[in-house]
Amino acid sequence: MSAYSPYLAAFTSRFLLMMQYRSAALASFLTQCWFGLVRVMVLAAFYKGAAQSDSTLPLSFAQAVTYTWLAQGLLALLPWAADPDIAAAMRTGAVGHDRLRPVDTYNLWYACTAGRMIARILPRLLLMVLAAGVVLPLIGKEELAWAPPSGTAAAMLFALSLTVAVALSCAVVMLINITVVSTLNERGVNTLVVPVVFILSGALLPLPFYPDMARLALFIQPLAGVLDIPSRIYSGALTGPMAWIGISLQVLWTFTLVVAGKKWLSYGMQRLEVQGG
Amino acid sequence: MVQILVEELSKSYRIAEREPGFLGALRGITHRRWRTVQALKDVSFSLERGEILGFIGPNGAGKSTTIKILSGILRPDSGRVEVAGLVPYVDRIRHVGRIGVVFGQRTQLWWDLPVIEGFDLLRDIYRLDPHVYRRKRDQLVSMLRLDRLLDQPVRQLSLGQRMRAELAAALLHEPSILFLDEPTIGLDAPSKLAVREFIKNLSQQQGVTVLLTTHDMHDIEAMAERVIVIGNGQVLADGSLAALRATVLAERRLFVEFAGDAPNLVLPGVHVRGQNRRSVELAFDPRIIGAPELIATITANHAIEDIHVEQPAIEEVIARFYDLHDAGEV
Amino acid sequence: MNTCRLLNRYFTLSIRSQLQYPASTVMLTFGQLISTSIEIISIWALFERFGTLKGWSFGEVAFFYSLLGISFSIAEFVSRGLEIFGTQFVRTGEFDRLLLRPRSAVLQLIGHEFRISRFGRLLQASLILIVASQSLQFNWTPYTITLVLWTIAGGFALFIALFIFQSALAFWTVEGLEAINAFTYGGVYAGQFPISLYEHWLRMFLTFVVPLACVAYYPVLAILGRSDPLGAPDWLLPFTPLAGFIFLALALTIWRHGISKYTSTGS
Repeated sequence: MSAYSPYLAAFTSRFLLMMQYRSAALASFLTQCWFGLVRVMVLAAFYKGAAQSDSTLPLSFAQAVTYTWLAQGLLALLPWAADPDIAAAMRTGAVGHDRLRPVDTYNLWYACTAGRMIARILPRLLLMVLAAGVVLPLIGKEELAWAPPSGTAAAMLFALSLTVAVALSCAVVMLINITVVSTLNERGVNTLVVPVVFILSGALLPLPFYPDMARLALFIQPLAGVLDIPSRIYSGALTGPMAWIGISLQVLWTFTLVVAGKKWLSYGMQRLEVQGG
Repeated sequence: MVQILVEELSKSYRIAEREPGFLGALRGITHRRWRTVQALKDVSFSLERGEILGFIGPNGAGKSTTIKILSGILRPDSGRVEVAGLVPYVDRIRHVGRIGVVFGQRTQLWWDLPVIEGFDLLRDIYRLDPHVYRRKRDQLVSMLRLDRLLDQPVRQLSLGQRMRAELAAALLHEPSILFLDEPTIGLDAPSKLAVREFIKNLSQQQGVTVLLTTHDMHDIEAMAERVIVIGNGQVLADGSLAALRATVLAERRLFVEFAGDAPNLVLPGVHVRGQNRRSVELAFDPRIIGAPELIATITANHAIEDIHVEQPAIEEVIARFYDLHDAGEV
Repeated sequence: MNTCRLLNRYFTLSIRSQLQYPASTVMLTFGQLISTSIEIISIWALFERFGTLKGWSFGEVAFFYSLLGISFSIAEFVSRGLEIFGTQFVRTGEFDRLLLRPRSAVLQLIGHEFRISRFGRLLQASLILIVASQSLQFNWTPYTITLVLWTIAGGFALFIALFIFQSALAFWTVEGLEAINAFTYGGVYAGQFPISLYEHWLRMFLTFVVPLACVAYYPVLAILGRSDPLGAPDWLLPFTPLAGFIFLALALTIWRHGISKYTSTGS
């Protein structure tokens, strides 16, 4: 236990800190609800006017709706910026500080990132489930609401997939962190990363909706595992063997990116030391 | 001709009371309690064209409130205010075009812009005729010795330089009235002298009416023939500094340096304030014994090296005045 | 008039100071361009898959989208002062300085900063307009060009009004200013689709409360020469951008009330 306690401490302190930023969070939550609602209404209009029947479409209407709400609820899961505190630490030179502690830098930062991420996900996810899953049906908008998972198997697989998704997302954020530390350009990196992540994770539009010729590539790229794969497992669009393939891809990418991240970081740190940074 | 007229001006603020502690904060969300603070109570005075009026008083006495009302950015609860024929908070835009305001602690110029560009921007804001503006600007620049500073961004100026730039900025549109809120705060001695000179000149030669608030009594001594003391939102005194001094602290001080050891002096109307081995500081009431008489008495009986008479420091006078009126800062 | 001259000077000063950091400005603009472009990608993909959206084609939807985007980006270009009003002017007391100048406060706030980076969105929206017009093989006539400009003007007025509402909020509360973002950014998002997709309550809201439909949907119908499937009379359609100006007048009234309150209670 003692070998893990610095990381646990980092996680916990970050988690608690993030729970305090409420008022701006409420405003952005409401905006998110609104965006989700409009997206879902637009989808409804597309589906109603569709010349094809549901079965030829990659997702059924219900699945598309739930996917959309999951994307809103899990927005905090998306790896779209460097962790601001790490970027700040880098800027002020406190990075050296972290290096002096008898802990592995990558693991420490990873724990911080995970703490922050989970703290940001949980309240919003719960609120979104409440708003889209409970309130909407109550006011008679059942067809636009967030449906429960399609069966116990789906639910369990989803839980697994979501956990791996968090790990994967943190690994991606770590890569972003390291890029920021290496290039010293936080804003530039964030500017490029946001749209890429938004599209490739499926947050903008469920990946299956993109043109058919891109579907394979979109499925096997790392960011699909952050949102697209768990969402489709949840709504039953990915079942059985396909679901397991999806989860395997998630695990594979997590592993690859963590290893790559660690290697890159240690390389970068060595260079820092050599330069006397 | 009366430029500024203030009659029975009253203003109070409501301040939310905060209960301490966590429970208090919770309760504060639903049930707010308010405390009323009377900032001004029936304040009346008037200023003629070209007068310089010094506004003094302890912190929280109501000085800034008065200036804010006179500038038009605050409405009074009751009373009458007229500045150059306009009611400040009613005709705000017209009124504001005729006055200049300088806040000692804040700048009206743009932090990152060179001084000259700030001036040019003000020219467009105040809709000044280009020729008139250029003439006035050049005049102010030379009077306040700003020529070397014109290209520097305001943030790079020293405090003294910034104040001079502020004064120029406030006068570009040739206002007939100038409000100064602590204009010499933080300035070094030469800058203070320069500012005082400049303002005196403004009033005497250009007939600008000046109202200034300050804590620095030497500002008052140098610039203002007339002083209003504000305490607890009320006018406590309105007149010359000399009159104020006379009512509060009539005594004078005599400093004597003896050739030998200082003797024990006992004289009517005189008490010893401080004593060293060879010098003594006496306080005497000139109504009981006059300065010439006292000096004669001492020099007749003792050998002295040096002697001089002083009035008590003006700060002392004011502090005692506040005490007398129980108006000191809480 | 002198106001133009003043705005011109504000403009020059602001642009010049941003151009002192050219790399940063270009990057921000480029970033804006990219991030605002992704939405249209999703719309395009959906049209590719579904073919039609309740009778609307991609070109038509792109038309709504681009006009709204153009008006919003122009409003965003000058809205910086209004956006930071609460924190940088009211809370600090800096607002007093604005009141001490013989100009309207709104004018000074608009002149505060002209953000070059918003050209990213403007560029993107303009490109989409070209794409839309190609897709529809649209015939530009002096009438339609005027109507487009009029629509953009109305949209600009509406968005500036929303920003003024946001600023005015700062007179009454220090919290919750971000809530208005739900209306500006959320509004742009909702208004870029034909409102015939939405339910009755939302259509009413977007027509009569925050009249986004009046600066996108209705006038574009007139521009495209289509009739409103919901039954609004044809002759009325070209006049609808007026709603943006009425909304602006309302916002300015609230603003003036706010200033009244501010001068009564002090800072």
